[in-house]
Amino acid sequence: MTELPVLFPAYPEIFLAIAIMALMMIGAYSKAENTLGAVSALTQVSFVVTAGLVLFVVGGATQLAMNDLFIVDQFAVYMKLLILLASLLAVTMSNGFIRREGMAKFEYPILIAFATLGMMMMVSANDLMSLYIGLELQSLSLYVMAAFQRDNSRSTEAGLKYFVLGALSSGMLLYGMSMVYGFAGSTQFNALANAFTADTGAHMGVIVGLIFMVAGLAFKISAVPFHMWTPDVYEGAPTPVTAFFAVAPKVAAMALLIRVLVGPFGGLVAEWSQVIVVLSILSMFIGSFAAIAQSNIKRLMAYSSIGHIGFALIGLAAGTEGGVEAVLIYLAIYLVMNIGTFACILNMKVGGRMVENISDLAGLSKNNPVMAMLIMVFMFSMAGIPPMAGFMSKLFVFKAAIDAGLIALTVIGAVTSVVSAFYYLRVIKVMYFDDPAEKLDSVESGAMKLILAVTGIVTATMIFYMPVVTDPAIKAASSLFGG
Amino acid sequence: MIQTLVFYMFAIITIACGFMVITARNPVHSVLFLILAFFNAAGLFLLQGAEFISMILVIVYVGAVAVLFLFVVMMLDVNLNEMRRGFVKYLPIGLAVGAVLLVELFTIFTAWVVEPAVISVNAATATPAASEVHNTEALGNLIYTHYVYLFMGSGMVLLLAMVGAIVLTLRSRDGVKKQRIMDQIARPASEEVELVKVSSGGGI
Repeated sequence: MTELPVLFPAYPEIFLAIAIMALMMIGAYSKAENTLGAVSALTQVSFVVTAGLVLFVVGGATQLAMNDLFIVDQFAVYMKLLILLASLLAVTMSNGFIRREGMAKFEYPILIAFATLGMMMMVSANDLMSLYIGLELQSLSLYVMAAFQRDNSRSTEAGLKYFVLGALSSGMLLYGMSMVYGFAGSTQFNALANAFTADTGAHMGVIVGLIFMVAGLAFKISAVPFHMWTPDVYEGAPTPVTAFFAVAPKVAAMALLIRVLVGPFGGLVAEWSQVIVVLSILSMFIGSFAAIAQSNIKRLMAYSSIGHIGFALIGLAAGTEGGVEAVLIYLAIYLVMNIGTFACILNMKVGGRMVENISDLAGLSKNNPVMAMLIMVFMFSMAGIPPMAGFMSKLFVFKAAIDAGLIALTVIGAVTSVVSAFYYLRVIKVMYFDDPAEKLDSVESGAMKLILAVTGIVTATMIFYMPVVTDPAIKAASSLFGG
Repeated sequence: MIQTLVFYMFAIITIACGFMVITARNPVHSVLFLILAFFNAAGLFLLQGAEFISMILVIVYVGAVAVLFLFVVMMLDVNLNEMRRGFVKYLPIGLAVGAVLLVELFTIFTAWVVEPAVISVNAATATPAASEVHNTEALGNLIYTHYVYLFMGSGMVLLLAMVGAIVLTLRSRDGVKKQRIMDQIARPASEEVELVKVSSGGGI
């Protein structure tokens, strides 16, 4: 008679999985007029309940479950809360758009819930196999979401492109995993960490496997040189889907990268740190220089997110507890300002038609001063201008890098940050100093207004209550380093 | 004795089928030979005591992949004769590549030495003999206990794949004439049949 595996730490995931299946039944059999509305609302409720389970029922004490395939610690809790928040806001922000653009199918919130489940599984992975299953669950639902507007050729193209390149990256990841498994004899993270200690050094084959795994994961966070899909997919996918892409999967994949590199490969810091440094420098360069030429605001945000990932990787390259802590703070702030920016982009419409060029924002300060003010706050924050939240996040990663002795990397980061300020400021210039273009419609719903107001205020004033973010981040980072 | 004979029978048929797959004139015949090759390979696995792989080979490869090939070949109407035009011209190059591969395989397998440490690890976690635990049973013991998380996770991935495929392809078209048998059966006579009293010789 075999014992049942320990299930308790995985309750939030189990709940979400059951909720997804129940929602599908409701969606399929409901005769109500507004199936999408009901399923959306219930999805939001289940996200909130899942967050409650993560925070209050399971808690942050480090515990293993499911025969050590699954781990819960402060790091997982921190990341899961960020992911659930991003997904909740993504469902809320999509409501208006998907109705207008003929995407009103009840599967939409369910796909977001599937992706969220996958991301939570990724964050809690304690084994290469559970890592892969979580990653595939997340990626597969993102491919479908990118192609959700199936009558729009740009959307289907984005979905197909994402799918083909994503499959390639999964292949690289699996190849790397098989190498690592071959040399360590286990896929379990703790066993891998014991096999690869700094004293024993690493076999060449392990390094090759590690590089392949990093390449596969770098694709998911769209770090250069694995970023080619990002601008096309961001531009082609429906805007609320892009908003979701830019936040939750990035946060989750970054969490996964941190967990893999710091956990099982923690002993090989010297080997992977240089790879991360290269990825970081290239991402910052491409993110800041390629964005200058963009006229479409979704493409601009794609390059901006590539650049931000470069900055976040600086913290990881440091390979220290302080570095990981800085990355966690960076991701939380990145989430808030990106949600805010995309909420603005989702409200860029003229006479009910979506517009997405930067020139469409011309003269916004006269037509809609509040919105112009909000976009200005977000752009200043992304550029890292004090006293916005984005300044603090950059400050933390630069400080961690200097503490770890990565002076050159920090200097490059600061320089590219100045370059990227150019295109963020250009958006502000277009809004405040150009002749007014057509007037944008007013903000579509109360929920959207609330999201805009809250993200805007948080971005502008976070500097006064940084401990709200930094304290959990410190705890999360120390749980990862066995503290 | 019988085992050896059966082995040779399966092995010879597999190789012969493999040869026929690439030489058959008709692509449909090629696929059918491929199916036969799969069946015989499954037989070879069975002889080795790997009954799970053997079943999977029949179910997945014969049941799904090969039948899919058959559909593709029949529907796409590929003209293999045109594709095979340069066969003789490229034969020497193909043979050379094959020879190199063969030599490489030989060098690998003759030079292969298993590290002693690995042997001791394997001895510590000895796999039970096939006569004690069947493959299928052993896999079942693992999948539904140790790896139940991955099993469930894969289940969610498959469910998602199904949802995704339906979302992206299912569309309800207007103006399609469909037979609804239930509606036809449920038609009451009172609504559909009109009884008319016709006077004799009067016509309608």
